[in-house]
This record gives sequence, structure tokens and C-alpha cells, in this order.
Amino acid sequence: MDKLIEVDQLTKVFTLGSIISRIRITATDHVSFYIKPAEIFALAGESGCGKTTAARMILGFEEPTSGTILHEGRAVEYAKNKKGRGTQDIQAIFQDPFKTFNPLRTVDRYFFETVQNYKLAGSDGEAIKLISDKLNAVGLSYEEFAGKYPSEFSGGQLQRISIARALLTNPTLLIADEPVSMVDASLRMSIVNLFKKLKEEFNVSVLYITHDLATAYYMSDRIAIMFRVNIVEMGPVERVLMDPKHPYTKLLRESIPEADPKRRWSGAVKLSDVEYEEYLRQGCRFAGRCPQVMERCRGEIPDEVYVDQVLVKCHLYSGTEETLDRKVS
Amino acid sequence: MVKTTFMGEWPILNTEPPILRTEGLKAFYVLDVHGVQKVVKAVNEVDLNIRENEVYGIAGESGCGKTTLLKALYGAIEPPLRLMGGTVYYRVPGEEIDVFMLSAEEKRRLRWEYIAYIPQGSMSVLNPVTKLKETYQDFISSHVTGKTRADAFKIAAGHMAELGLPRKLLDAYPHQLSGGMRQRVTIALAALLKPRIMIADEPTTALDVVVQRGVVQLLRDIQQRLGNTIILVTHDMGVQANIADRVAIMYAGKIIEEATTEEIFGNPLHPYTRYLIQSLPKFGDKTARTSAPGSPPSLMDLPSGCPFHLRCPDTLETCIEQMPPLVAVASSHRVACWLARER
Amino acid sequence: MKVFRDLFRDYRFAVSFCVLCALLIFACLSFFAPYDPTLWHVVPRDLRPSRAHLLGTDSNGQDIFWTASFAVRNSVIVALIAGVVSRIIAVLFGMIAGYKGGNTDRVLMFISDSLLVIPLFLIIVLMAMLVRASMNLVTLGLLLALFGWAWDARVIRSLILSLRTREFTETAILSGARTLPLVLNEYMPYAMPLVFSTLINNMAWAIGLEMTLAILGLTNVLIPTLGTMLYWAINYHAILLGRWWWVLTPVVLSVLLFVALYWMSVSVSEYLDPRTRVQRVGAE
Repeated sequence: MDKLIEVDQLTKVFTLGSIISRIRITATDHVSFYIKPAEIFALAGESGCGKTTAARMILGFEEPTSGTILHEGRAVEYAKNKKGRGTQDIQAIFQDPFKTFNPLRTVDRYFFETVQNYKLAGSDGEAIKLISDKLNAVGLSYEEFAGKYPSEFSGGQLQRISIARALLTNPTLLIADEPVSMVDASLRMSIVNLFKKLKEEFNVSVLYITHDLATAYYMSDRIAIMFRVNIVEMGPVERVLMDPKHPYTKLLRESIPEADPKRRWSGAVKLSDVEYEEYLRQGCRFAGRCPQVMERCRGEIPDEVYVDQVLVKCHLYSGTEETLDRKVS
Repeated sequence: MVKTTFMGEWPILNTEPPILRTEGLKAFYVLDVHGVQKVVKAVNEVDLNIRENEVYGIAGESGCGKTTLLKALYGAIEPPLRLMGGTVYYRVPGEEIDVFMLSAEEKRRLRWEYIAYIPQGSMSVLNPVTKLKETYQDFISSHVTGKTRADAFKIAAGHMAELGLPRKLLDAYPHQLSGGMRQRVTIALAALLKPRIMIADEPTTALDVVVQRGVVQLLRDIQQRLGNTIILVTHDMGVQANIADRVAIMYAGKIIEEATTEEIFGNPLHPYTRYLIQSLPKFGDKTARTSAPGSPPSLMDLPSGCPFHLRCPDTLETCIEQMPPLVAVASSHRVACWLARER
Repeated sequence: MKVFRDLFRDYRFAVSFCVLCALLIFACLSFFAPYDPTLWHVVPRDLRPSRAHLLGTDSNGQDIFWTASFAVRNSVIVALIAGVVSRIIAVLFGMIAGYKGGNTDRVLMFISDSLLVIPLFLIIVLMAMLVRASMNLVTLGLLLALFGWAWDARVIRSLILSLRTREFTETAILSGARTLPLVLNEYMPYAMPLVFSTLINNMAWAIGLEMTLAILGLTNVLIPTLGTMLYWAINYHAILLGRWWWVLTPVVLSVLLFVALYWMSVSVSEYLDPRTRVQRVGAE
């Protein structure tokens, strides 16, 4: 199977503080996943689970402590002097469209600079043609965009513009970090639908980073659930979200408030009193809150096993592996 | 079939008078931007009747005036926000009082004991440089007379235990807690003096889903324990469905629809409400969802007539000219839409 | 132009702008002066203000009106050199330290912090004494510039530090921008207002320091500046001898210059800070 991007055993440890008192914080711990061409892959989890750090390492904004990133089979090196890789193939869309662009500059400057820096067009006319093509793809026109400052657009429009800018270089992978969480509720689905359209029409893959499982279910093909710096469950979105295996995924899935007053939450939820204790936990980090906790969960880190084509990292399923070759899926 | 009555004469199902009532409430921001006066019509002719012992949800997207409405309900109107008309009444035992006629001292006395406000971003309520214990003790000794610090500590610890919060939190500083825990501590603090009305502004925003559930659980718990009124503002329709008894939908400074939660989700009448509810993705249903076309209008520059008419799929001529009034179409369902009246 | 109209609504800006313009016109008159400011005894000594000598004459036999116009011109030139050169140093240090970070940042900030903590005045006095022989307007300006940038470099650095973590920096990187165009395009618009408002402040500081040095006799007292005018007036005991016009002229001119620069800097920085603008509206 050809993989557009493959992340293998990616680990990032941040060190903070001075020489005397160093604090080490693990942001991602041996995270592995891959994305196929023309696929929407969701990386979902709560804040602090490491999903954004993983994305930033793929973009080259952070240096992995260990592990490799393969882009179309080739290893991607981290360039220390040049912050960010700035490749044409991988582009990004950020959470808050108003922070994506400098408020003191007109938005079109970024488009012309992208065209110029990557030498995408020979003349001004060609550049405008290319830019308006991409704007049309996201449902905007060049006329309503040229010469305006970010504050002159609505959040939804600006997020579309941000997507159009990312599309200029004809990337094969878009990394979208919570692209709809700051967009107004009445416009959210239009942006989500746009990603689906880009996948179908332009064969763009999307790494969709989110905490919102409902939109992840709606738009993605495969999903990985992260919990406290690890992937705990990964597989096709229908299987993972409609029939969750890992107790944490089950809890997450139950905790999503459904817009149906007849199906309110029942039963109390157990929250971690002090979060950092969970990060430091030996063995499974969910053990403190897991309703099905066993003795071995507290001491041993569970292995990754495949159940029903879904990768699960939980002791409940160890010994029930379908196959010993875990790389097959 | 549908009985159409105008504002003011809609049938009151609940014979009990409302605990919080507004009449034609209007609060605008008057700004001077480079010498040009600009008026932001954040709250425009809002009539609310909020009852005792209910969770009243207000939903709407960012910039629709939700937070400003809450400030007005709390009686906290400060420049550049100005009261342009209308009144807010609280019902205290025995009488109904006009909030804007109260002196600063009278308002101060009502706060926390009668009406509590939990602002967005819980950090601003908790003093960052003292332990939570101290915050609680200060809070108790300034509102309850004749309590020693030891008594206050006992009350605080008892209160925390009642709400299921770990007691060791009292020895922590606010920054040592996670966002969700901080939010729950703030809510617990607001509930300490058993206020009759609690106003919460986006208490679950920016929290993880599991923690969000914990916060909603706490709010519901407090409401049931105290039998008081919670006014909950959140844009998250899922949260509204889970906790609110009645929901009001706000759009461009106005309440455009109000009904019981079952009605709002089961039979939304305003096209905007329909878009809001129908665009929500559901598990097990991957059919395409569409959101409302266009974008919400700026409160500085509202369109004529109904503020939604530019985005509405079936605009009538009346919609362009006149703002529809919020009228009752059923005993507990009010909607501001010309189409809903046609039907 | 719109900026000017908005600024003029603030009476402080309007007043200070008019005063500064008047002072500049006064300074420009020096180009048409009938007397050479370096020559003494060109007019009768110690005359009261009269039609022939509008502000009287001094004990050196110079016409005070014309000397003062040279003095304002020279003081403003010194202040401008000090202000502009120190702004350039501040922007370079601040931007490089802020964007590069790491050891570059540490070295540059060590230099600027050292300048901030050493007793600046004593060092300037010492240096002024050393180079007094070759002191002219330019060297004086450069001397002041050398000591006037440290604080503002720190401010610009912290501005860049906060901008560097903003997402638009990453958008620019993803757009393929290299370091220098990135810093200039993305950060200069933020730094410019700061540079402008601190320029005014810095000029006022330079004029003050020049006067102090001159009164102590540490500059070239033969070049007329506001400071050296006062130096001569004090030297000849003008106050004791009741020659008020000689003392008052530089004092009034420098007070006008200070107040105008101060008001202008306050007004401009308030204009640039939207938070204070809203407060002003609210207080009405």
C-alpha cells in the first residue's frame, strides 16, 4: 500500500528551565501512523494529548527527539537553521483564521508572496489567474478578496482564504489543526464540507487534528484517538467511533453531548483530580479512571494489538490478536 | 391551527411570576472610532421571562450579543456599553425590583447572594496569588457576618465535599489546577451563598469533552440541590440539549426563537434555528449537512427588516422591510419570523 | 492625512504640533541671520530688548534673538542625530535578538543590560571630557545615541518575541518567506509606531542631556545650543546682574520644546494604543 506520509515511533520531549532545574515534558511518546493519498485522517484527543505537537513535527516546526517521518518513502530531515520546512507538498491551516494572517497586512500579500517564493507563475497575470482559481475552489472570488485586511472578512471567509492559500502550491497533504473550532456554528459545516470536496476533487490528503469527534466522524476515513501522549486506538472511523474498543474511547464517545434532549447523559463521569499525575503514571495512563481496570494496567504498558482491524492499546484485548504481524491493516 | 398572539399577550403557562424579567431591553456599545461615532446594537429589544427552578439556555454564535445580554441581566452596564431603554426586573421575596434603579450599594448586596455571575474564563474570579482556601475564606467572611476563619474553612470544605470536589484543592493555587477543575471551583464558589439566580457565560467552552461533561454535571447538580435558576449561555447546542429546560436562540442582538428544549430540537421553526440544529453532525449518520449560506451580520451595520433575511432560503417581501416580532405560536414556543406566522 | 486629522482632535497634539512648527520656523531663521554666531562683540553688550535687538544682547556682544535661533537649530540637530541613530541601533539589536534567540539573544541583551545598569551619566561625562577637543554637533549626537538605545531595544525585542510565536509567522514560513523578508514584512509594521513614539521621547531626553553637559561646560561651548546659552548666562552671573532676558530666552525656549515633545509623544502613543482610545471614549 503506498503511504503518503508515515510517522514512525515519533517522540518529542521538551526540556524547560535552566541548567540547574530541568523539567522534561513528554509531548508525544512513540507515536506511529500513516496517511494514504486522498484520505482524511483524523488525529483526535483532548488538549495536551500531543496531537498538535505531532503535526508541528511533520511541518518541521519542531524537531523530533526520536523517530522518523517518511514523506512518500523518503525520510524528512529537520533543518535546524531554517524554521519550518516550507515545502510545497505539505501545507497547513490553523485554528484561528484571524491569527493566521498578520492584521496589519492585506491578505493578498501572502498569496503573491507564496507564488513568488515558490516560483509558481511566470507573470503577474498568471499569478492572478492561479490565485483566483484557488479562491474559486473554496467558493470565493478574487474581486471580493483583493486589497483587504483580515479584519474585513468574517471568520468563515477568512478560514476559506487560509485554505485557498494552502492550496496554491498544489500540496498533497493539508495539515488542519482544529480548523473549525473557531468558526461560527452556522458556518462550520461549510468548511468541513470543503475538506471533503478537496479530497474528492483534488486528491488532497488531510490530517485533521481535532477534539470534536462528531465532525471527525462526519468527514474522515480513518481516525486515531490519542490520550496523554499516546495513540490508544486507531482504525477506520466507522469502527472506532461506532464500536469503540478502548475504555477511554468509550468514555469520550459517551461524553459528546448529543443535540437530542431525549438522550441526555446518564451516570456520573469520573474526572482526573490532578492531571499531571496521569502523565507520570506507570503502565496505562488511563488506569486511574478506567472502569475496567486490572492489576497489570497499573504496572505494565499495554501492547498494541489489532482487534477487528482496529489498533487498540489496552490490556483488555491482549492475547486476542488476530495476527502477529501488526503492520498489516 | 397555530394560535398567533402578539407580544405581551402570550399565554403564560406557568402561573408563577418570573424570577427575572426584561422588557424591551436595549443595550448598545457607543464607540468613538477615529472620531466617528459607531453604535454596536448588541442587545436590541429583548423580552425575557425566566422562571424559578429552571435552566434557561441562551444559544447563538460569537458576536450575537450573548455576553452583553448577560451583563445587562446582571445589572453591570458600564461604558462604552450603554442602556438605551428597557428594564430588567428581579423578583425578590415580596416584590419586583428594577435593577437599573438600584444604587451601587444595593446592587453589591444582591450580588453573589441573590444573583451570581460566572464569567467566561474562570481565572478572573480566582485570585492567582492566594490559595483557594484563602479565596473561600475571604469570600465567606465578607458576605456572612460573625464567622471566624476556622468556621469559614469548615463551610468551604463542607461545600466542596457536597459538590464532590476533592478537599485537597483548597490547599492549591489556581494555576496548579487544570482548566476544567478551575472552572468547577469557580462554579462551586458562585454557588456557595445559595444564590437564586446563577448566570454562566460559556462555562464549557475550551474544555475537553469529558471535562465538559463534568462541568455540566456540576451545574445540574447545583441547580437540583438549590432549586434555583441557571441562565446558561453557550453556543454548543449539544450542551444546551443536555442541560437546558428552555432554550432561547439569539441572532444579531435579538431573541429569534424560544421554546422548551424538546420543542427547539424537535420542531424548530425559525430557519436559522433549523440550520443550527440540522447542520450538527450525528454519529451513525453520514448524510451531507449544509450550513446557512453567507455570514452573520455585523452588529454595527445591521440589514433592514429581519437580520437573517440575507441568508434565509425563503425570504418574503415583509422580511426585508420589517423585523418580525417575537410571538407565541404555541403555549411555550415563541418565534420571530414572518414565515412561521404565515404557516 | 487621515492620521493627522485624527491626531489633531487631541488638543495636546494640536498644541504641541503648532509649538514645534513655530520653533522650527524660528530655527530656520538662523539661515538668514545677519550675524555670525561664532563671532563675539558684533553688537553692543548687555542691551535690554529693543526694536534693534528684539531679545536684547548678551555680555559676549551677541544678539540673543539670532543666537537663540542658532541654539534651537543646533539642539534639534543634536537631538535628531541622537534619536535617529539610537532608533536604528535599537531596532537592529531588538529584532535580531528577538528573532534569532539563543546565544545571539544572550550576547546582545547582555550588552544592552550593561548599558542600562551602569551609571550612565558619569560615563557620558567621562566620555565627553575625553573627546571634548573634537566635539561638534555630530559627535555629540552620536555620543548621546550610543547610550540612548538600550531600553528601547529591549522593548522591541519583547515585541518580536511575542510576534514570533504568533501563527502568522508560521503562515509566512509556509508561504516560503526567508528570514529577512519575513522580519521586515511581518514585524516592521508593529515596530514602526513604537519607533516613532520613542523617537520623540528620545529627542527630549537628548536635549535635556545636552543642556546638562553644556551647563557643566563639557561640550564645545563656542557652538550655540540651548545648553551653551545657559552656560554663558550663568558664567556671567546674568541672574545676579538682572539680565533676565539673557537667562529667560533659553529657559523659555527649552521649556516650550520639552513640553511640546512630551505632549506629542504622549498623544501619539495614546493614539497608537487602542485600549487607551476606548478608555477616553468611555470617560466622556
